[in-house]
Formats: sequence, structure tokens, C-alpha cells
Amino acid sequence: MSSVLIRNGHLIDPAAGVDAAKDILLKDGRVAEIAGAGKIKAGHEAGSDVQVLDASGLTVAPGLIDIHVHLREPGQGHKETIATGTAAAAAGGFTAVAAMPNTTPVNDSPEITRWMLSPERGACVRVYPIGAATRGSKGEQINDFAALKAAGAVAVTDDGHPILKDGIMRETLAAAARVGLSVIQHAEDTRMTQGASMNAGPMAFKLGLRGMPVEAESSLVERDIRLVTELRDARVHLHVAHTSTAAAIAAVRQARRNGLRVTCEVAPHHFLLTEEHVGLYNTNAKMNPPLRSAADRDAMIEAILDGVVDAIATDHAPHAVHEKEVEFEHAPNGITGLETALGLCLRWLHKEWKLPLGRVLSLLSAQPAALLGLKGRGTLAVGSFADVVVFDPKAEWTYHAKETHSKAHNTPFDGWTMQGRVRWTISEGRIAYAAKYPQ
Amino acid sequence: MNASTATAPARRHLQTPQPPASLFPYNPGSLLSVMDLDLDAVSHLLTRATALENQDPLTRDRILLKRRIALLFYESSTRTRTSFELAAKSLGADTTLVSSLSSSIEKGETLKDTGLTLRALGAEAIILRHNSSGAPWLLEQETGLPVLNAGDGMHEHPTQALLDLRTMLARLRPGVDKVGAETLAGVTVTIVGDILHSRVARSNMLLLPRLGARVLLCGPTQLLPDSAANAGPGIAVERDFEAALRQSQVVMMLRIQAERLAGVQIDLAQYKDAYQLTGQRLSAHAPEALVMHPGPIIRGLELTAGVADGRQSAILEQVRHGVAIRMAVVERALGAQPKEGRA
Repeated sequence: MSSVLIRNGHLIDPAAGVDAAKDILLKDGRVAEIAGAGKIKAGHEAGSDVQVLDASGLTVAPGLIDIHVHLREPGQGHKETIATGTAAAAAGGFTAVAAMPNTTPVNDSPEITRWMLSPERGACVRVYPIGAATRGSKGEQINDFAALKAAGAVAVTDDGHPILKDGIMRETLAAAARVGLSVIQHAEDTRMTQGASMNAGPMAFKLGLRGMPVEAESSLVERDIRLVTELRDARVHLHVAHTSTAAAIAAVRQARRNGLRVTCEVAPHHFLLTEEHVGLYNTNAKMNPPLRSAADRDAMIEAILDGVVDAIATDHAPHAVHEKEVEFEHAPNGITGLETALGLCLRWLHKEWKLPLGRVLSLLSAQPAALLGLKGRGTLAVGSFADVVVFDPKAEWTYHAKETHSKAHNTPFDGWTMQGRVRWTISEGRIAYAAKYPQ
Repeated sequence: MNASTATAPARRHLQTPQPPASLFPYNPGSLLSVMDLDLDAVSHLLTRATALENQDPLTRDRILLKRRIALLFYESSTRTRTSFELAAKSLGADTTLVSSLSSSIEKGETLKDTGLTLRALGAEAIILRHNSSGAPWLLEQETGLPVLNAGDGMHEHPTQALLDLRTMLARLRPGVDKVGAETLAGVTVTIVGDILHSRVARSNMLLLPRLGARVLLCGPTQLLPDSAANAGPGIAVERDFEAALRQSQVVMMLRIQAERLAGVQIDLAQYKDAYQLTGQRLSAHAPEALVMHPGPIIRGLELTAGVADGRQSAILEQVRHGVAIRMAVVERALGAQPKEGRA
């Protein structure tokens, strides 16, 4: 296997506590050496077949990790494939993505998990399948978590659907803990959201759309935390997906104070946009959980800044153009996110709201890796996987959905200004993405 | 304890992304929401409605002679469809009706494709009634044609609000066509019943306060959420029907929209007890108020037959004003010059 030498870049590796100019040598898919800038010479330690990347003026960081994406395979290849979804991931600086099981059929078996991991899928970054918690994600019969884990699943969830029944959720948490898997909950009490297509409140009333109340999310998070408390088992890990309400964040914050292993993620659209962005029925602003009030959005920002949020995850949810060109209430939920996450996080979390760059990157790599126990990811310590993103932290650019690597264009961030442009994404020592724009 | 230590730490004041400005309406002839019309535009439509109503039918039908207008109806309708059709025909236009039950919509054709097909057939404007809120915005975006919203889901019904306004003006401000911010000053309009599912209520509450009227919304919480008062300025919620009646110059009764209740359980006996407009209630609390109803009325439910047919009822006048208003709206749709660069 060939080597890659990244020279003269500024290495930020929050997990290893590095924030300095460094050379970094990648060999055989792993980080082989880190030394002061200009210290590693090609043709010497690095070997003669080394590919040298000049990262002068650029930031070098652990490849980004998105623990919540929908790659749509098997079964919905018209929306996205594992190949196109991971191409978009690489373009966005991601080197690992965790794929949700709401495919067709639902990924509730070792066979489907292995099918997703097969080299024939053409993934260009690491894919971590997440298995369905229950058969067909119907919330009734719990799957064989040991078998799913053995096949490669890194967590279980019924994402897209909640696990509503207390008994089933309790059993899911306990069974997953026994085999060392996290349970990711899509917190939505669907009994409160029938026929609803946006956040409940004055905006929904004005637009004549049925609304999803914030309690549909927060009551289920509170229920789940109660179950975790009752289980009294330190191995139990509840992770709250796409947290969108102040009340749910408050419940997570309290659970953590009580010493429970409860984590949460927030998507860029939930810390940037509000229900006002639905505008006049923009289906690219329709997702579940929906865009909330300004107060909820502000609570997401606060929770990120004060450290309650464990990860930024995009909930990348591609849909075909024709599927979104319909009446708002009939449009499917979800927006793409892999190519805009870094640019939005740097533009807003870092530049505007002054979250240090190291903490932004940690939320996009080290913390999500730790959360799902992804060994050797989320850091560039010697011996780790050679998963690297190299980006120009100062570059301002405009995102154009039509230039996407995804199959889908459904983003509310088309035409938005981004900060920080990916130059190279390296997945296990291989260049998975190299920017084509004029250097 | 001094005041400064008693207050909570100030929240950070953060700059956040602003929602984009609306691109709608694309076509200046469109009428998607009452919010598309400023008061000058409302005055113009009222003036034209009167002029067209009084014009000789034999010259009036030259105005849009042989122009093509499609009526695209995804829901049943008596008043709106007939009056739009009569209005368009009175101006000389050719109309064609496409309804969801006798067209390729039944076979799964989307709104976008149906709209593009109508445009290819030569339709110069589309009048749309649809069961999904926001459908007219989609149709306008996809076709670029003038689209007239004849009622979308639980959202808006702008021509109904205009004809309701014309009805109120005829009774309360006879002879007034030019409206301004004070035209309805001192007038309280109470809208009663199933506000949540009513597009008529939304269009009226977004139009009437701009002319100085106060809008009171009245109904049970299941059919009238508290947040309705935040839909715009000049709107308040009053749950006590009789208290609302005592303040009202106009009372607008609404039908309970059984087709949109979506699981909401209403005890009809209780409902009638609290909100039915009876002759006794009317004479006791609002003996001079104008009684309106967008129809269809359900006699014996939201109002009694005696009130529907009574001296204070303007229900059939509303229907008559509908034809005049829709002539003006259809004329505007085809008379306006499209923005450059649009299909």
C-alpha cells in the first residue's frame, strides 16, 4: 500500500491534544508518524512511493464522523446509494458515516448488514451500519443484537420511528447493553403527531398545517431517561438522535447530572434554522423532527456551546427531486447534510459564535467516535486509522446544490455562504476526495 | 438583596441566519393569499367588482373574449366553483373544469404534471381548489401561470375574504369602494366555530384588521388553539360566545369541518349549547349584528334555520358578491403583465 505525506499543515487533533504545525505520514492505512512541520522528508523515512500533499496554510484534522445518515440502500437507490452517499460524505470531509436502518427492507438482520458492508457497494469512506432495534422497526419484537453486532452493526435504533412501548424500550436498552451496543432513539411520540408536517405553533396555524408539539419529542426523551434510571445498569447507553427542543435538551442535561449515560446529537439545521424558514411551503425545509421555534433553536446553540451536546450529526436524508416537488404535507421528511455540515459549523459555530475550532472539530469527529466506540477513529494519534480531512479554514464559498456528489438536491442551504473548504479527504490512507476547484 | 444579583445572567445575544425573503407570487396576476394584496390593490378590486357588475353584459364579455381559464378542483364545491365559472364566462373567457374525480389525477398524476398539462392545453390562468395547504404555491412555481387560490386545505381562501369584505362594506359602509387603514375602525368581527380547519377564517383574520377591524375568534380549544391570536395583529381569542356577540357588529359562523377533524372528538350537544347561533342569543346579545356564513351551512348545528333565513342574515348576499369579486380577480389575473424572465 502506498503512503501519503501531508506536509506543513496545521494539525488539530482534539483527542490527542495537538494544535500545532506538523507533518503527518500515513502508511498502510494508518497514521505512521507525526513530526514538526518540514521534518518528514519524502524518499527517506517515508519511502520513495510516497504521495506528498502540501498543506501549507491548511488545517489537518481527523476525518469527520457523522453518526446519523441515510444512505438509502438497500431498496431506495433512486434517492441515494452507498456509493453516492459516501462520495458526498468524502466531499464534505467525512471519513466515516453511520447508516440508519430505515431502508427497504429494514436493516434488521446480519445478512443486510453484511450486504451494506460488501465492497461491491462501492463505499468511498467507512460505513458503519446501525441495526434495527426491532423486527422491521415495528417496535414489537426485539432483534438479535449479538448477531447484528457480529455482522458489523455499531448501534441499534428504529430511526424514523420511535420505540413507543415502555416494555419494548426497556428490553431494548437492557439487551443492547448486554452486548455493548448503544440505543439510538428517534424521540417522537407519534400519537401526538398524526398528519403533522411542521412544528406546532403560530406558524403552523398560519400556514394551515398540522403541527408536531415539542412535547412529542420531550415526553419520549423523559420516558427513555426514566427507563435508563430504572435499569440501574452502568452499561446502558441511550443516545438521543436529532435533538430539536429545549425541553429534550434540559432532560438530557439533568440525566447527565444524575450520572446516567445519556448522550445527544444536534443537526446543523436545528441549530441554524427555525420554523420561519418553512416560508411558503418550502419542502426542502421539511424534516422530522421539524424546524422549531427560535427559542428552541437558541437552546440548541446554547447546549452546543456549553457542552451538553455530544455530537453534530447531519441526519443526511436524500430524496429524489420529484418526491419533494409535491404538496408540502405529502413531501417526504428530510434534507441532505453531508456536504454542508463543516462549512456551516465553521461559519456559524466557530466564526459567528466563537466556539474554538478544536471543539467544533471534536463535535464532528472525536466525540461521535467515542460515543459509538469506533476504535481508532476520531484521532490522528500514531497507529490510528489514516482518516484525515485537510481544509482551508479561511476560505469562504457558496454551496450550490446542483454541484453535489449526492444523488439528491434537497437542501435548504443551497446558495448559502460556507466557511472552510475541504481540499482533501483521506479514508484509511486513500485519497477519497480531492477538491477540483482552482487552488 | 439588590436588583442586579437577583436577575438571571443575561442570555447571549447571538446573530442567527434570517429566513429568506419570499419569491412569491411569481406572477403578478396570481392571488394566492390575501397578503399578496395591499390596500390599494384591494380598493382596485372592489372598484372593478362594482364596475363589472354594472357593465352591460354584451360589452363585458369582450374583456377576456376567448381567453382560456382552467378550473382545477381537488375538492367538491358549489359556490366557489360556480361563481368563478360564471365570473370568467361573464368576461367572455372559455373555461374548462378539471376535477380530481374525473381526471388523470385519479390515476396518480401529480399536481405539477396536471398544471403543466393544462398550460400545454393553452390555459392562461388556473383557478385551484385543493385539499392540501400551500398547493397553489407549488402550482404557481411549477407553471409560472397566474394562479387563483380558490381554497387550499386549512390555509386560505382569499376571494372569500374579499367577498366577505364587500358584503360588510355594502351593509356597514354603503358606497365605499376605496378602503384604507381606518375604513372598518370600530367594527368588531367575531368568527365562530371551527377556526383551526377554516381557510375562510385565516383569510379574513389576515385581511380585516388591515382595514381597522378587530377580529375576535371564538370556539372551543380543540377547534381554536390559543396560538391563533398570534397569526397577525388585531386578532384576539374570546371563548365566551355571548361576550363576543355583545361586542360584535359582524358575526361570521363556520361549519364544523368533519372531513378535516382528524381524530378530534367533538360533543355536538355541548358544542351547540356553547356556540350555536340561535334567534334567542342573537336578539339578546347582538340584535343589530350582521350574520354571515361562507357556506355550506348546516342548519340546526352552527346556526338555527331561523337565523339563517332571518332579517340579520347576509348569507345569500355573500354569494351574490362572490360573482362580482371573482370577475375582478379573474380580470386582474389575465390583465396583469407577467414579470420578465418567467414562463
